[in-house]
Amino acid sequence: MSTGEKLLQMVIAIVLFFAVVSVILLLTQRLRSRRGELVQSAAFLLPAVFLIAVGLLYPAINTIIWSFRDNLSKNWVGLDNYHEIFGSNAELKVLGTTALWVIVTPVAATVIGLVYAVLIDRAAFERFAKALIFLPMAISLVGASIIWKFVYAPQIGLLNAVSGSLGLGGNHSWYQDLSHSPWNSLYLIAIMVWVQTGFAMTVLSASIKAIPTDIVEAARLDGVGGWKMFRYITVPSIRPTIIVVLTAITITTLKAFDIVQSIGAGGAWHTNVLAYDFYIRQSQGQNGTASVLAVLIFILVSPVVIYNVRQMRKAEAR
Amino acid sequence: MTTVVPEGAMAAAPVISAPKAAKHALTSPWASLAAVVLAIVWTVPTAGLLISSFRPETDVKTTGWWHVFTSPSFTLDNYRQVLSSGSQTNLTGNLVNTIVITLPAVIIPIFLATMAAYAFAWMKFPAKNLLFVLVFALQIVPIQVCLIPLLKLYNKPPFHLMPIHGGENPPAGGLYSVWLSHTIFALPLAIFLLHNFMREIPGELIESARVDGAGHVQIFSRIMLPLMMPAIAAFGVLQFLWVWNDLLVAMIFGQSTPPLTKALTDLTGTRGQDWPLLTAGAFVSMVIPLIVFIAMQRFFVRGLLAGSVKG
Repeated sequence: MSTGEKLLQMVIAIVLFFAVVSVILLLTQRLRSRRGELVQSAAFLLPAVFLIAVGLLYPAINTIIWSFRDNLSKNWVGLDNYHEIFGSNAELKVLGTTALWVIVTPVAATVIGLVYAVLIDRAAFERFAKALIFLPMAISLVGASIIWKFVYAPQIGLLNAVSGSLGLGGNHSWYQDLSHSPWNSLYLIAIMVWVQTGFAMTVLSASIKAIPTDIVEAARLDGVGGWKMFRYITVPSIRPTIIVVLTAITITTLKAFDIVQSIGAGGAWHTNVLAYDFYIRQSQGQNGTASVLAVLIFILVSPVVIYNVRQMRKAEAR
Repeated sequence: MTTVVPEGAMAAAPVISAPKAAKHALTSPWASLAAVVLAIVWTVPTAGLLISSFRPETDVKTTGWWHVFTSPSFTLDNYRQVLSSGSQTNLTGNLVNTIVITLPAVIIPIFLATMAAYAFAWMKFPAKNLLFVLVFALQIVPIQVCLIPLLKLYNKPPFHLMPIHGGENPPAGGLYSVWLSHTIFALPLAIFLLHNFMREIPGELIESARVDGAGHVQIFSRIMLPLMMPAIAAFGVLQFLWVWNDLLVAMIFGQSTPPLTKALTDLTGTRGQDWPLLTAGAFVSMVIPLIVFIAMQRFFVRGLLAGSVKG
């Protein structure tokens, strides 16, 4: 398709959408009886509910079922797919690398975000200082991977220049030369931390500013200050937010495959993770084991999300 | 979201705050140094990429970008290579794809979700609470869980939305499968978020409009949509960034219309050392979301925490 055709198709899609929705709404508009209200509710609700049912609920159930079937999703194979995943050393290695990502990323991003939020709180350049950390959030993980691949590059990369001037040798192709897993994965994890810290910093900073001043004053009168204030007043006051931030980053990390795809050279040198392995297996038509991995992501994510939602409801009720 | 306080809301408070006191202790020279170092580490990589994208090819490939301070030389060649229609590594087609994918994938779910949120908030129908809890609960489904069955569904009759199997020509070159997927994955969170905002609008407003003879459609379009604009903007920025920066949906459903993220990933694979190309290309992909992000920051922060419950 040419550029013009694509833009035309886009306009058609949007116009078509609004035309259909308007016709439905206008047709049901005149109805005022009790049954009319029911028809109107359906007009407002059913488009979204239908899409969710067909595009989310039905596929999710199917994926769970297909994790017990062969690659054509036709014949039952019992727990074979699960045995294949959990019985393979390579796959256990993938799970181990995933665990490293999921432990290091949230903790590092949250700690750095929190420290930075406290350090710049009410500083002269607070808004500007925040924006610096915040901006990577707008960059795609692919873009971030290119930015950092450039930092890690041999000869022209910044990291080599720095390590060279520190006398540590200056011509590594970092995450590749260090082909000993899990160390190479740490270079990829650093990219994720770089992106996620802005999120942690922003949310935590807002929460810090909401700490009631009378608590702080009382502590101050009792002679609490400095590090103790941070440890015993600031951190406990924002603990719920810290947990939400930690868990939110955990979920994002668990599902991210872009970095491994872009610079991990497709999971070579044992940088493969769960979400990337899922992508590879499904693109190879291994629907059975890919479904197992999807179910695994689901099982790992659900308790975290449920916990987060409950935390949010509690915060709202307050 | 009560945990998020608008920027500056507490700024008027005269007394010393906890973080300020904590900062006081941490305001040794070391603490200031730490803040500056963090700020540098977070900015310099991007700055290096930006500077390199304007350096001549031989320079980029042989020396680090910081040499620009001692021997400056700049060119627009890299951007010409990426943006001119004659060049082999032209990314304008991908840029168009990204735009064509993003606009409907932001507008359509927002409108559908606002309608559904209105129904959940202000209309009466049976099994309302059950349905809402179900929609709400489906937020926990990670995108990966849906992909394989969805792919099969698109390929089957009566849909035929994808160009994979045989000579069937899908409508709009398969774009509908990308738009639909982004819409579907956005809906549960969008409905939940917009419903929360909508509940805060006083019920008397709706009641009095009804007494004056306004129907649901009129209330929705004349009263709700204008009042909901901040919430719509908040979710809009989130969804815009998700779709613009997405790689997974593009790689699975959008092979015939690869967006910038897909093109750049391929380039890092096939021409991983072609830095002039990669730096300029990466920056082309970053500039629009960065502008949108900076312009809409206020709304985005509000949407952030709410977005953190997406599975």
